[in-house]
Amino acid sequence: MADLHKLTISELSEKLATGECSSVDIVTDVLSSIDANDGKVGAYLTLNREDALAQAKAADERRAAGENLPMLGIPVAIKDLLNVKGQPCTCSSKILEGYTAPYDATVIAKLREAGAILLGRVNMDEFAMGSSTENAALGKTSNPWNLDHVPGGSSGGSAASVASDEAIASLGSDTGGSIRQPAAFCGCVGVKPTYGRVSRFGLTAFASSLDQIGPITKTVKDSAMLMDAICGHDAMDSSSIEMDVPTFGKKLTGDTSLAGMKLGLPKEYFVEGMDPEVEKSVRDAVEHCKSLGAEIIDVSLPNAKYAIAVYYIIATAEASANLARFDGIRYGMRIDGKDPADLYGKTRAAGFGPEVKRRVILGTYVLSSGYYDAYYKKAQKVRTLIRDDFKKAFEQCDAILAPVTPTPAYKKGDKTDDPLKMYLDDILTTPVNLAGNCALSVPCGFASNGMPIGLQIIGDDFQEETMLKVGHAYEQTTEWHTRKPEIS
Amino acid sequence: MSEENTGMDVGYVAKLACIDLTEEEKTQFQGQLDQVLHYVEQLNELDVSDVEPTAHAIPVFNVFRKDEIGTSLNHQDVIDNAPSAADGHVRVPKIIDQ
Repeated sequence: MADLHKLTISELSEKLATGECSSVDIVTDVLSSIDANDGKVGAYLTLNREDALAQAKAADERRAAGENLPMLGIPVAIKDLLNVKGQPCTCSSKILEGYTAPYDATVIAKLREAGAILLGRVNMDEFAMGSSTENAALGKTSNPWNLDHVPGGSSGGSAASVASDEAIASLGSDTGGSIRQPAAFCGCVGVKPTYGRVSRFGLTAFASSLDQIGPITKTVKDSAMLMDAICGHDAMDSSSIEMDVPTFGKKLTGDTSLAGMKLGLPKEYFVEGMDPEVEKSVRDAVEHCKSLGAEIIDVSLPNAKYAIAVYYIIATAEASANLARFDGIRYGMRIDGKDPADLYGKTRAAGFGPEVKRRVILGTYVLSSGYYDAYYKKAQKVRTLIRDDFKKAFEQCDAILAPVTPTPAYKKGDKTDDPLKMYLDDILTTPVNLAGNCALSVPCGFASNGMPIGLQIIGDDFQEETMLKVGHAYEQTTEWHTRKPEIS
Repeated sequence: MSEENTGMDVGYVAKLACIDLTEEEKTQFQGQLDQVLHYVEQLNELDVSDVEPTAHAIPVFNVFRKDEIGTSLNHQDVIDNAPSAADGHVRVPKIIDQ
């Protein structure tokens, strides 16, 4: 049963339904792919083979008993910031050394219910703070398309595992682009759902008003199928929205017409300094959507250029509060001190990496008395302007097309000495987190150096269905998503 | 960003955030964060005096749940996570000197 690891959720789901293969076959095959490639790619932090095979066996038994859920028996890699009962949850930080999750995150409980196999835990930037997975304290992850390049971040392990066929799909989280950017860098599909669509309970919080869990997969349809399993209201997350969730997966059929659809092109998203190959690929993708019947119109998001400034105030402010819980008292590492304050200072000094320290300090500063109005409140006001821009744009169009990143994946070490340079890379993804709406990344080409390029499709609040339809139509009439890296 | 803003003292703010920094880190972070603070000053171009702040993009209000007793986490699982524990309690350094 060779090459099952190369298939998609929808392909495997059919094979499982017809009995052509079992979940144990799939997991066994994916484990061999991990054995062959992960020494080079470095996507996984922890992998429990026996547990994965036991889950697969249980899934096969459920199927034999008559169940036929779409995700039943499909192995999924989990970003290491989602709590899975009995497993470590390190957030790729030394400070969580020794922690064992005493409960399942809601998305994990939902995956178990859907019958998905929790394959293992994949690497990330420490506490999801970063855009290259180089801020990981516990592992080094490479881009499967070129091992000298970064996989993107912060969900770098998630994207790398899917791109290298070391997982059929993966869960990541997106606070400022952390799903869409690594998906673009690794040639995968990634979805940031509308804020409130997916419960954040059990997700280690970075910036609570921005964080959202979502899928990284090989196709748009796979993302839709994974969304079907994880979306929905949860009483454990008071910001999750009480509304009916459409079945996204079933809606994506062979129909690839975009007739009657209005797609907006924001001129502000073709920023200065953008790589010409990225711009060309995205503009070609826009033309392609036009050829599928869509009407392309110009829209304007004039305040998007302030998104980085707003984001790095709001995200760090929220992070400084959220990360206060890592104090060496109740879980994780502890460096003893003469009194509690001494213990906190020493533990946090030893436990946090440099980027986390910088962001907690910046966040503490922008919230401090005397600076709160000048920084935090002002950023919240500009956040309103960014959200209003999107509202106006969506009065004119059904979805927005844009690049995901100004450049394709760069070489490791290129930006590690200059945090601001790294931050500026998030210019095209952060506006959506601030505005709260949904967006996806789908492969739309390759640079001449062989690195993938992503097209961003942005939807209005809770309009995932429209966004997925556009992505699916584009993807199914192009061949970019079918290419596989040669890992060497 | 305001008129009276004289910049951030990284050493002082790190103390507020309970992170001990080395002298080397202080110097490095001071330079890097000054650069970030300089960058965010571009928000001063905007007059937002009449704009309402957004705390949550998709706000929901008055979220209540029924006041019912649910299942709590297993006490031992939680205590097992503490770096130091005794008799079902988390052990911490002495806070009050006798």
